[in-house]
Amino acid sequence: MMPLQTGSLPTWTALGPALLFALTALVLFVVDSIDPDSDASGLLAGIATAGSLAAAAVSGWFLLAGTGMERTGGAIDLFGGQVIVDGMTLFFTFIFASVAALVTVASYDYLADHEYQAEFYSLTLLAATGMSMLAASNSLVTAFVSLELLSLPSYALVAFLKHNRGSVEAGLKYFLIGALSSSVMAYGISLVYAATGSLQFGAVAEAITGGGVLDSGILGVGVLMVVGGVAFKTASVPFHFWAPEAYEGAPAPISAFLSSASKAAGFVLAFRVFVVAFPLDAIVGTIDWALAFTVLALVTMTLGNFAAATQEKVKRMLAYSSIGHAGYALIGLAVLSGTTDGSFALGASMMHLLVYGFMNTGAFLFVALVEYWGVGRTFEDYNGLASQAPVACAAMTVFLFSLAGLPVGGGFFSKYALLAATAEAGAWLLALALIVNSALSLFYYSRVVKAMWIEEPSAGLEIDSYPTGLYAAVVVAAVVTFILLPAFNPVSSTAVEAAAALF
Amino acid sequence: MLIELLLAASLVAAAVVFFVPNEYAAKVATALSLVPVVGSLLMYFNFEGSGNALLAGAELGYETTMQWVTLGPYTLNYHVGVDGVSLPLIVLTTILTTLAMVSAWTPIDSRQSEFYGLVLFMEAALIGVFSALDFFLWFVFWEAVLVPMYLLIGIWGGPRRKYAAIKFFVYTNVASLVMFVGFFALVFGLGDSVTTLDLPAIAQALNAGELNALAGIDPATLKLVAFVALFAGFAVKVPVVPFHTWLPDAHVEAPTPVSVLLAGVLLKMGTYALLRFNFTMLPDVAVANAEIIAIFAVVSVIYGALLALAQQDLKRVVAYSSISSMGYVILGLVAFTPHGLGGATFQMVSHGLISGLMFMVVGVMYNETHTRMLGDMSGMADRMPVTAGVFVAAAFGYMGLPLMSGFAGEVLVFLGAFQSTAISAAPLFTGIAMFGIVIVAGYLLRAMQKTLFGPYRLETDYDIGRAPLQDVAPLVVLLLLVIALGVAPNLFYEMIGDAVAPMLSLGGGV
Repeated sequence: MMPLQTGSLPTWTALGPALLFALTALVLFVVDSIDPDSDASGLLAGIATAGSLAAAAVSGWFLLAGTGMERTGGAIDLFGGQVIVDGMTLFFTFIFASVAALVTVASYDYLADHEYQAEFYSLTLLAATGMSMLAASNSLVTAFVSLELLSLPSYALVAFLKHNRGSVEAGLKYFLIGALSSSVMAYGISLVYAATGSLQFGAVAEAITGGGVLDSGILGVGVLMVVGGVAFKTASVPFHFWAPEAYEGAPAPISAFLSSASKAAGFVLAFRVFVVAFPLDAIVGTIDWALAFTVLALVTMTLGNFAAATQEKVKRMLAYSSIGHAGYALIGLAVLSGTTDGSFALGASMMHLLVYGFMNTGAFLFVALVEYWGVGRTFEDYNGLASQAPVACAAMTVFLFSLAGLPVGGGFFSKYALLAATAEAGAWLLALALIVNSALSLFYYSRVVKAMWIEEPSAGLEIDSYPTGLYAAVVVAAVVTFILLPAFNPVSSTAVEAAAALF
Repeated sequence: MLIELLLAASLVAAAVVFFVPNEYAAKVATALSLVPVVGSLLMYFNFEGSGNALLAGAELGYETTMQWVTLGPYTLNYHVGVDGVSLPLIVLTTILTTLAMVSAWTPIDSRQSEFYGLVLFMEAALIGVFSALDFFLWFVFWEAVLVPMYLLIGIWGGPRRKYAAIKFFVYTNVASLVMFVGFFALVFGLGDSVTTLDLPAIAQALNAGELNALAGIDPATLKLVAFVALFAGFAVKVPVVPFHTWLPDAHVEAPTPVSVLLAGVLLKMGTYALLRFNFTMLPDVAVANAEIIAIFAVVSVIYGALLALAQQDLKRVVAYSSISSMGYVILGLVAFTPHGLGGATFQMVSHGLISGLMFMVVGVMYNETHTRMLGDMSGMADRMPVTAGVFVAAAFGYMGLPLMSGFAGEVLVFLGAFQSTAISAAPLFTGIAMFGIVIVAGYLLRAMQKTLFGPYRLETDYDIGRAPLQDVAPLVVLLLLVIALGVAPNLFYEMIGDAVAPMLSLGGGV
């Protein structure tokens, strides 16, 4: 197929998905300013969902057409190389857009009777804009600006339930830790600039490999600080403390959004910065970031899973398990030094993040559904839900078992891909940790399944409404999670191809 | 295409039944499950395969290969096909599923659509396990069996169902992970010579001695480690003593139709996988350690039978008896003789029928009396003559009465084990195992004597009479099948023998 941006379309259209997000956010503002007092929540949710779906469709179309991929002439440079569009950009934009679409559909019911709905949707879409720009960043400055564009709406969204103390407290914590880690990262960027004299990823790499580094000590500290900033965004240990609080306190669709899309955004930043700007074989004398990520991955997955196993509330359990999954995804960077061709390792992480985008979003949206019913938050409160809502509970079962790595969804393959990557690199410790953690995770995921299906419902359990938007989002996420099992090949081949372009 | 039809028919049926209102679910599910039955019988009558699916020179029945997923260096295929070992087990699965569903009409009185939906889903997974020839596809089905089983025990089980369900789930899933690791030790050890997870390709590469060292472990040790991991993983499923403790819990708590499938088909997954993986892929390790495996087998036979002898709960008697019977299967496999391998496979089918039948008998008696305690029941033969008659016949089948399938299976296993040169003290092991038959007769006669004969003394405030036709009909059908296989073992034995014959030339076997 003809590469779109050199044939029929001008090159700037490669940023189409991000532009669609931004445009939709602006349209929402306009609609709201025309009639601020209206309660046309259907219209607002509809616009937001349509915008997200359009972004997903465009990024999916570009991915299939090969925009910015090796086979069609390589990455598309825009704005003097500050922004780049390649397979990885589009792959991650597709994740963000799918998650955003699911979240906005689900929010329609969740936000019923809330004020400031237009602001909610436009903030969500602005955060998605930040994410897709982050995926397209090719310089530390655009990366930082995109990161802030992603973070600021997120802080507001976490505190969206402003009459709820938990939500406000979570927002405040998230904001404080976020601000701190942003400044750490900004400082790290300035140190990298001081050492190499450049901000663009490619130029930084040239300086490092070509011996243009003024002081390798300063560079090392700078890289370490960037690692810290990334670890915050991906909720990796030891920068994870905000995550359970924020996910717990935030409105459940926002928890889904943050733990799936925002986390993936952190990873795309990490992949590009560390693989392109700080090439391992050149920088390893200064600082071995692969080792840093190995430790990070081990600690993150173990701590996340063990903490998840001891939780009493489902949402908190999911929050900690999502920390555990960040640990799995870090494997892609951790094993890079051991493999001859890193594209499979990195691709495995990308596959996992894509599948995770659906299964984890779905699980959090199920929690949103339960919150909507006002059932409660602990495992006991979930008792007997299946007798009232079998379809939603079947969907949740798919999410949970897929998260655990059982072959009921794409999570089985993506986890296997990670395992294969560790084995290929001979990182047996990581492989063992992955297997042990998976076995452990089955224990706490199956607690929810047991509560829903096996336990007797408590006396007062009565569900009388079945919100369309939430239901649709949960069911669609479950269907996609399941379909990704037989139809995993497009995901795996696209991910590996996109990852290969970085090397 | 018949395998795909079977899989699709049961999956679609599962989805349909899930949405059918509860009051119609039982009949709709049973009717829909006839499609796989007919399909599997068509497969049986039109089967034109030969040889062993994993070994060179095999002509598989209904084979399909399609590229599925590329993951790094490996290509995963959708590869299914049947040989003489898997086809009988598929026929067993479809028939037993339908009969188990009929036997569920009476006892399952809540959330029927979910129940039958899960059973049909499990049927699809079981058919998949017995037909998949790519490791990943096979593993997908293998694990997919766990989820419905977990829910079936957990929702419709007895008083301690939650404990039993979790125990089953954790035990068998950990076993799967151990097995998974063992298998991948082999795959990574094969290195670049194998780029698919196709089971025949891997089996042939292993038998050609292409295994390399991995992570500093030399090939011989790697083989042994992988064998142990695989064996441990499958032994839990079989179950072999001492990995059996989940089984009585699961069986006692499970509702009757689920017990039927658990004993009838799920346990066969373990021995089937042992045959495919341990004994076909690593035959030299199996032969080199034949005595140790034979000890496991004989201990299972004797210990399981003794445990059955000590039980007061009729269902526990039947549950423990499975441990004993599956011990024969292991003994037959490790003997590595034509009769041993063939008899073991035949015994899988035969035990599936007979143990399913026994569990159904217990279920029917329980439906009427609401007790399973040997001490409470007495004189049931007068009140429910047909059920009692089937019970006696099934018990005789279990003991190995001629013209019943149990006889054919056990005789072949003993014959094969006795002639074995793989096991050095084969006559001794066989002799001890044969003594197990005596204990089997002991506990079955005891169970029959306590429940069926003697004066009627059960005190209930309702009248206990003949079981309804819908409860008895599946019993009679199963009994007829048991007799048919006993009279004419060649219905299956010929194709089984043909499929296991190529295994004999492997790994220094005889």
